[in-house]
Amino acid sequence: MSGQTPVLHLVTCGSVDDGKSTLIGRLLVETDSVPIDQLEYARTTRRGGSTVPVGEVDYSLLTDGLEAEREQGITIDVAYRHLNLPNGRRVLIADSPGHEQYTRNMAVAASNGDVAVLLVDAARGVRPQTHRHLTVCALMGVQTIIVAVNKMDLVDYSHEVFEQVMGEVRTTAARLGVQQIDGIPVSAVTGANVATKSNAMPWYKGESLLGALAIWEPLGRVADEGFRFPVQFIVRAEGNFRGYAGTVVAGSISTGDEVVVADSGRTAKIARIVTADGDLGVATYGQAVTLTLDHEVDVTRGDILAAGTVLQPADRFGVDMVWLGEEPLAHGRSYLLISGSRSVPATVTNVRHRLDVVSGHEHAARVLNMNDIGRVEIATDRPIPMDPYSLCRDTGGFLLVDRVTADTVAAGLSRHAMRRAFNVVPHVYDVDHQARASLMGHPARVVWLTGLSGSGKSTIADAAVRKLHAMGIHTYVLDGDNMRTGLNKDLGFTPEDRAENVRRVAEVSKLMRDSGVVVFVALVSPFRSDRESAATLFDKGDFIEVFVDTPVDVCSERDPKGLYAKAAAGNLPNMTGVGQAYEPPLNPDLIVHGTGDLDTSADLLVAAILEA
Amino acid sequence: MQQTVPYSAVLDELEAEAIHIYRESAAAFRNPVLLYSIGKDSSVLLHLAIKAFYPAPLPFPVMHIDTTWKFKEMIEFRDKRANELGLDLRIAQNLEAMAEGVTPFSHGTHEYTRLMKTVALREGIDRYEFDAAIGGARRDEERSRAKERIFSLREPGHRWDPRKQRPEFWRTANTQLAPEQTMRVFPLSNWTELDVWRYIEREEIEIPGLYFAKERPVVERGGTLLMVDDDRFPLNEGEVPVMKSVRFRTLGCYPLSGAVESTADNLADLISEMETSKVSERSGRLIDGEGGGSMEAKKAEGYF
Repeated sequence: MSGQTPVLHLVTCGSVDDGKSTLIGRLLVETDSVPIDQLEYARTTRRGGSTVPVGEVDYSLLTDGLEAEREQGITIDVAYRHLNLPNGRRVLIADSPGHEQYTRNMAVAASNGDVAVLLVDAARGVRPQTHRHLTVCALMGVQTIIVAVNKMDLVDYSHEVFEQVMGEVRTTAARLGVQQIDGIPVSAVTGANVATKSNAMPWYKGESLLGALAIWEPLGRVADEGFRFPVQFIVRAEGNFRGYAGTVVAGSISTGDEVVVADSGRTAKIARIVTADGDLGVATYGQAVTLTLDHEVDVTRGDILAAGTVLQPADRFGVDMVWLGEEPLAHGRSYLLISGSRSVPATVTNVRHRLDVVSGHEHAARVLNMNDIGRVEIATDRPIPMDPYSLCRDTGGFLLVDRVTADTVAAGLSRHAMRRAFNVVPHVYDVDHQARASLMGHPARVVWLTGLSGSGKSTIADAAVRKLHAMGIHTYVLDGDNMRTGLNKDLGFTPEDRAENVRRVAEVSKLMRDSGVVVFVALVSPFRSDRESAATLFDKGDFIEVFVDTPVDVCSERDPKGLYAKAAAGNLPNMTGVGQAYEPPLNPDLIVHGTGDLDTSADLLVAAILEA
Repeated sequence: MQQTVPYSAVLDELEAEAIHIYRESAAAFRNPVLLYSIGKDSSVLLHLAIKAFYPAPLPFPVMHIDTTWKFKEMIEFRDKRANELGLDLRIAQNLEAMAEGVTPFSHGTHEYTRLMKTVALREGIDRYEFDAAIGGARRDEERSRAKERIFSLREPGHRWDPRKQRPEFWRTANTQLAPEQTMRVFPLSNWTELDVWRYIEREEIEIPGLYFAKERPVVERGGTLLMVDDDRFPLNEGEVPVMKSVRFRTLGCYPLSGAVESTADNLADLISEMETSKVSERSGRLIDGEGGGSMEAKKAEGYF
């Protein structure tokens, strides 16, 4: 990359015990970033526990902020400082504390970070918090992680110790998909490898910490493929001037380029790129400009002007969420979702799992508490365009705000849109499903059988279909496994894929129902929210939810496909009822028991279809 | 070292960030106000605000907290700029304290500041029902400022509660307010004092002449040079103002603003003086000096 990044956003992670305050203090002093009077203060003032003799600089005093914290000798919040590197680059440091209960602060600090400096105490080695810091940095999209293996002076500058630490860190980083990781052996106390290379570690061939920060360049922003411009403010001025003010948060745009208003799908060309210093021909990442369009289209604050990678509105998203509020996440409660300069009411419809930030394991969870990170599903009151967070932080990250207290209760990272609202206007045909039903001589409905694998869904559907067929009623069965051999063969069994599987099957069942057929869906469909989404496609009465209630031990005893045996052997981590929860319907239209008489069950279904 | 990053590129990024914050404030708040204190930071703040909404005029009013003890030159400069730029200028004063005869000399600096600045600011915000006040505070000014948010929430009664401050992710701001909450907004959070000067130089921003060295009548008290700006300055017995070539690093109430001896009468000299002296600018401010962390205590009361 040829252009130099003028401002580098750095996040520092580690605890006081790792020597973090001392390291930052030294970076500030070595780069002449501390005023003389503050330096004098750090020479003359001492607090309890300090072992630095009066007269020498206690570096840790340079970084402690609030009085209350100085008294307690801890840092409790994110502090922002700056460094000026000799090559002119500005480093903005977001310093977050290492204590376990402050995952939220780490997430804040990492949310803007280009580079993270992660401290590890060489003498104590990799600890649980090291994994925690790596996980949060990776989650929040920090590109580069520099592991500062500190206190090398206490381990005789041992190459082996350094490699041991780096080996462990690299293993975790690889699992997390960290893009770039480097290790630097340092001693914050002696200054070794902080500003200049130390002679004590000839085996280390890399840069000093400051040197590494000076030469760092971004790997290339993923979102360079797409232009994103959330409109903040409509500028109206004399001469019918109407411009859209905002910041380019991804990609770039030139005059004459076509942009799409992501919300409405309308397009227009860029007429002018206006700034107070004169018009520009091109606006690039990070620039705050005002755009005018070649013709009038409806654009309001919060809309996103986009080009390149497609961005479409959706109203359901699978997201990772860092819970910040003191009150735990409440299902079904309406929060205000703030994405860029847009806000829209939203609810959390489902909690999929909580992430153990130390082990990386996902645990089934119903709630998220403060400092928890987890995967959830959200539904917005109206469709909004959000990018995957990995593509663009500004259009993929969002806040949840409590509508009463106005507190920020969560930070969300959009992972994928679960239901898009395409900019398509459906054509309405005169001959609809009711017209077809009258021609067929029977109603067309969808019977949705949900239940564990082996509960008897397909068997019961088959029995009911035989009865209906004999009565001259047109039927079809959409069977989960059969669908997965064709239309859905690209999908696996993660919660996200299951949601998509259900969505596709639901849409197909709707098309077939519209053709006048009674459609049976035999699908595990373990998640309540997925089934509820399917039900919303139909009028009340046209969607019959049937819970095939069979105890899991009966299902695993039957095990017609040998799946329970595989799951027991640990080969199917996402097996419903074993590794993944099954959420029974709260209010099914019909319950049949897989252990009951098949003929009776089939009769119940037939009756429900004809009477509904 | 490697390729050099031009200073201007750093300023471009800081400018874009400030403009983004301005636009968000103007759109999200019902009735925001720009706090204008006439100094160099305020001059930059005003310049950026005008740029942010170009070609439209500034969409919100400007408020000055006038203690009546500002340098004469400052007030002249304020009125001239307001006139030239067509600003909707509001003045906030603590009339009650003025009537009671509160002066920097009659009360301790802490009490004086609380009454004439903090209380006046709170009353100004209440009177005009502003829900957001945009100011020029920077994180590099003082240690406790390092944890200040860009969007800094004030509880009812303008109280600053460090535990209630909102986490700030990306460029996304939570600008929602519960009843009686207000916001202070700091677009220059990530700027340094040198950035401010470099930006003034680059953008040719007009600033009060007090920043440049000139022969001025001063007296020395406890190691601080104070300018005798008018005859309200009570001279001690035997104290005689002497003319010295001085300038001011920060401008406030003249009896509380320490001057530095200098011959820098132009921007280039001033910046090179800045770069060689490395004392933090607030060291010349008498109001910060009472006890470590006193800025934090003042903020908790509602000071800027």
